[in-house]
Amino acid sequence: MEAILNIQELTRFFGGLAAVNNLSFEVHPEEILSLIGPNGAGKTTVFNLITGTLLPTRGKVLFQDHDITGTRPYETTALGVARTFQTTSLFYDETVLDNLIVAYRCRTRMGFFDALFQTSRCRDDERRSRQKAEEMLEFIGLSEQAKELALNIPQESQKRLAVGLALATEPKLLLLDEPMGGLTEEENIGMMVLIGKVRTRGISILLIEHKMKVVMNISDRIVVLNYGQKIAEGSPQDVSTNSAVIEAYLGT
Amino acid sequence: MNPTFRKWILLGVIIIAVIVPLVVTNKYYMNILIMSGIWSIVALSLNLILGYTGQVNLAHGAFFGIGAYASALMMLKLHMNFWLALPLASATAGFFGFLIGLPALRTRGSYFAIGTLCFNIIVTLIVDRFEGLTEGARGLMGIPGPGPIPLPWVGKIEFNTQLAQYYLILAFLLLTIFILRRIIQSLVGRSFRAIRGNEELAEAVGIQAMEVKLLSFTISCFFAGLGGVLYASYIGFLSPELTDYHVSFDALIYIMIGGVGTMVGPIIGTLLIVTLPETLHIAAEYRLLFYGLILIAMIIYLPRGIMGALKDLRGRKRKQEVLWKQS
Repeated sequence: MEAILNIQELTRFFGGLAAVNNLSFEVHPEEILSLIGPNGAGKTTVFNLITGTLLPTRGKVLFQDHDITGTRPYETTALGVARTFQTTSLFYDETVLDNLIVAYRCRTRMGFFDALFQTSRCRDDERRSRQKAEEMLEFIGLSEQAKELALNIPQESQKRLAVGLALATEPKLLLLDEPMGGLTEEENIGMMVLIGKVRTRGISILLIEHKMKVVMNISDRIVVLNYGQKIAEGSPQDVSTNSAVIEAYLGT
Repeated sequence: MNPTFRKWILLGVIIIAVIVPLVVTNKYYMNILIMSGIWSIVALSLNLILGYTGQVNLAHGAFFGIGAYASALMMLKLHMNFWLALPLASATAGFFGFLIGLPALRTRGSYFAIGTLCFNIIVTLIVDRFEGLTEGARGLMGIPGPGPIPLPWVGKIEFNTQLAQYYLILAFLLLTIFILRRIIQSLVGRSFRAIRGNEELAEAVGIQAMEVKLLSFTISCFFAGLGGVLYASYIGFLSPELTDYHVSFDALIYIMIGGVGTMVGPIIGTLLIVTLPETLHIAAEYRLLFYGLILIAMIIYLPRGIMGALKDLRGRKRKQEVLWKQS
């Protein structure tokens, strides 16, 4: 099977410390791959290297066979890689609907002069953005809260909205950084259902998550990081019985 | 407020603005109103980059000055017609904004504020010292006003009365509002607001922050320049103080009092601050004290300005209604 994302010998140093060290793995089409590891293992750094927020010291990131190493974050998104952030990032002083409308901006072409003269491209883009936003509202289940400020909706809704923002950019690969952080047991299930629904749209998912129950349940495969290095890779069963993984998590 | 109600209010305000000269015939008050109109354009333009895009630009005085001086020099030295100098000088201000924006907008937050403030001081120094061109501290005198516009059949529109000047400024103010509104309400304006909200997230959803900020800054400087052109031809005299950072801070005060990031706020703020001290006959030396007191009171009690406070009030009412329905 051809990989949608191919990470090759990715390395990033912060001073003398290797946050990510010689890491290679692949994400397959329509796969849910989880990236796990103890705090400080370098998981979020991997996300930042893929999206171009950080430049790697060494190594390559291939997306659909194109080298995207070091492309700027907005370019990476335009190519079809979307992400969410560990701290729920939203446009907090905008309504839920407005959040989703602006997230579709990278798929619209209208510019300053289109706005000034209200060209047909302007009207067309506005209409498509609104359509996309309504569709996403439905998809993430926030239609009821469309007119509320993102600031005022419950945490679970905010987490869903963050996923919705990433999805509105029409990605082929979605990077989720702890989408269930701070959610209750019951809310976890809701989020798992949502992530499953995303996959059925043909979107591959790379997931960072600390909740083992969720990870074991939802992942097709798991990559385990410790001190920036890959210490295990495989199916949930393989990984959960791997002695190196148990050692990293429980200590010796 | 629903959109149709809003449109009626807008129409009402425009009608009032048009018939005001029938009521206010005093030259002194008309002068204040004209100045309010010019400063409203400057405040509105600053609000685009500062209020809607979240970049605290403290060089607005410089761009106002560049527009004013460029038009004055075009008319005095190149003997250009006002109607040609107006777009060219505004575009000059916009172009300088673009050039300064290229390096300055790479910085964020307070660094951008400090960088633009420095640029403003440099511009004032150049205008002050480059006497061969700008006459330095002596100032530029005898800047011509707008020439008559020939009209078929009716004759021509002339601008040599104060009344005509008033309508000229009002027309440009309305044009500015119209254009800025179109931009702000479009997807372009939404991407401005996205950068104000969270620049990192904006880039993560595929918005090219640098390009968007540069666009907002260039437009903002263009309209600051337009304000400068109108000022130069109305007053007929320019000196280096008109380019300095006091102008930036005045505009900043106007929009802070009216409401940062609202469409009407900058105009209300300008009207209040320009007209109040004049009509209350506060002596010039106490005027700064008056500004200071108002600003302190605003920051403590109405940090989002007059329009921001009204918005909050509506929001709170709505929230109470929601809670009421739930219980």
